[in-house]
Amino acid sequence: MSIDVAAPLVWSVFTIVDPSVLLPLQGGVGAVGDLVFGALTWLLEQWYWLMDWAYYFTRLEMLNPRYRFMHRAILVGLCIGVMAPLIGTFLVHRQLALIGDALAHTAFAGVAVGLFLNAVIDLGVSPYLTAVVVAMIAALFIEIISEVTNAYNDVSMAIVLSTGFALGTTLISLNAGGLAVGVNQYLFGNLATVSPQSAAILLVLFAVIVATVTVTRNQLLYVTFDETAAAVSGIPVNWYNRITVMLTAMVVVGAMQIMGVILVAAMLVVPVAGATQVSRSFSESLVVSVVLAELAVVLGIAVAFYAGATAGGIIVLVAVGIYVCTVAVGKVQTIRGNQTTPDVASIETDSTEASAGVGDD
Amino acid sequence: MSSSDTDSGTATDTNEQPPSATDRGDPASDPVVDIEDVTFGYTATPVVEGVSLTVESGEYVAIVGPNGSGKSTLMQLLLGLLEPDSGTARLFGERADRFDDGERVGYVAQNADVGKEMPITVREVVKMGRFPHIGFDRLVDDDQSLVAALREKPLGTTRGAVETVFGRLTRSDWAAVDDALETVGMTAFADRRITQLSGGQRQRAFIARALASQADLLVLDEPTVGVDAESVDAFYDLLAALNAEGITVVLIEHDLGAVVEHADRVVCLNRELYFDGQTEAFVESDALARAFGTEARLLTEGSE
Repeated sequence: MSIDVAAPLVWSVFTIVDPSVLLPLQGGVGAVGDLVFGALTWLLEQWYWLMDWAYYFTRLEMLNPRYRFMHRAILVGLCIGVMAPLIGTFLVHRQLALIGDALAHTAFAGVAVGLFLNAVIDLGVSPYLTAVVVAMIAALFIEIISEVTNAYNDVSMAIVLSTGFALGTTLISLNAGGLAVGVNQYLFGNLATVSPQSAAILLVLFAVIVATVTVTRNQLLYVTFDETAAAVSGIPVNWYNRITVMLTAMVVVGAMQIMGVILVAAMLVVPVAGATQVSRSFSESLVVSVVLAELAVVLGIAVAFYAGATAGGIIVLVAVGIYVCTVAVGKVQTIRGNQTTPDVASIETDSTEASAGVGDD
Repeated sequence: MSSSDTDSGTATDTNEQPPSATDRGDPASDPVVDIEDVTFGYTATPVVEGVSLTVESGEYVAIVGPNGSGKSTLMQLLLGLLEPDSGTARLFGERADRFDDGERVGYVAQNADVGKEMPITVREVVKMGRFPHIGFDRLVDDDQSLVAALREKPLGTTRGAVETVFGRLTRSDWAAVDDALETVGMTAFADRRITQLSGGQRQRAFIARALASQADLLVLDEPTVGVDAESVDAFYDLLAALNAEGITVVLIEHDLGAVVEHADRVVCLNRELYFDGQTEAFVESDALARAFGTEARLLTEGSE
């Protein structure tokens, strides 16, 4: 069936469902949404003001008040630099680094659903919102598959990943016309297209993620480090796993705006891998990974602005460069650490007494 | 040097356990582990069949059997990680799979199972033992003590409640962590990254985690796999010392030499129960040969 036949067909299906059914629903949600959006717009205004001041002090062209989109891009980038490694730390240490990729591709399907619904029934929601919903459903799906099969299974993840992308491309191709042009923005991300609305969505995601991790970090750490012992100690492991993957879905959609679908997983993984090389404790690694991610984001956005290149790619390249540096630093640390470790041996102190009683053969 | 201090310190801790146990409403007479006629299979063929096992408080029990004999499955059943197909498994008198006093059970896995390449210090690992005592899970828990306190003295306990919700460790939590580190002799290693430790030191850290949670029951699944011979002896001495202080020890092990040397009671398993009794009687019986089906000998280094 060709595209020009299919499009009117689907169109007719949606016209049978009366769009006015959705109106009261939209009204109720809309009132709360407007309030939140108003507060966030105010927050954005403050941010612009701050950036303007930064411009007057530094005279950096990329902070010029004429480029409001850059101010938003920097804000979004800074938020990504916090939330991506925050969640990524819990993923990487469970060998779940690629779940971000799988969810990014389903988020792309979500974007396609949003564009499609907007075109067909004029729903008027941001594609990022539908992306959040679809990605979270997919995340839950992956998690439940893994619970049933008792393992995170790369086959199921690959299936979800390709299903998402296939669904996305199909929906977009059905939507022939102007929309296919806008897809690049979601695939590769774009600094210039961070609208106030999508910046507001990101701020909400940021707040939810940071708050959830703050409250549940102990349990998440226990589940990440030793799932069985966590289960024995009474932590509902499955629930925390579900929370983790759903937060991952949120991060992925949030970061997609400037990173793009294809590169978004890098922010979850690369700074965390770098932090793992140089940190000793878990809390240290969390802080270091956030610092490394912020460094990559800020440098990447700046380079992208002045070089006129795609931000997502530059940010990832900078992040990988930083990772290589941390590997070198980590090696130096271990060499120096090995030289300064002769203070071992105080371990047997309190068991000597017991061992004297038991004897040895 | 400080060993006597430590011992008395932990002894008072264990003395404090019984009253809190009665608070929770289970009489002290309940056996720690009570498995009755349990059968379980991942497929139609049962891995564990008709096993009954009771462990009283303060016992030192070793569960032995050949590879694939269902030892680990039995352990998961008694911890409540699996639900039996038939029969009942009870922990401290409660159904094991619905048991929610997780802090009373300490679990130490095989060396290979945990650790990975995660950057985490010994202290942070031991700290996890306190997690069942803190966090917002406490608010929705059965005892609801915090919620009740909030209702009575809203202003006074709000700070405590906020700290609990945000998972802050109180001073007494940190004291428990330090005590546990000292008991296993790992204080000097507290800020070492766990991946830099030897196998034996790592297992000590995991024991410390169980101690920090003030566990009455310690369950160990082949804890000395991949641990050098010298540390293995020290490790078993530590277990013996803890058992002497009143902690119940259930040890899953296939190194028969170690079992005969250290445990008071041996449970020999190969799908069904082959032997359950004192270690001396086990050495004299033919249970081993029957369960393993070969000329298995005791006191062989690494019986594989």
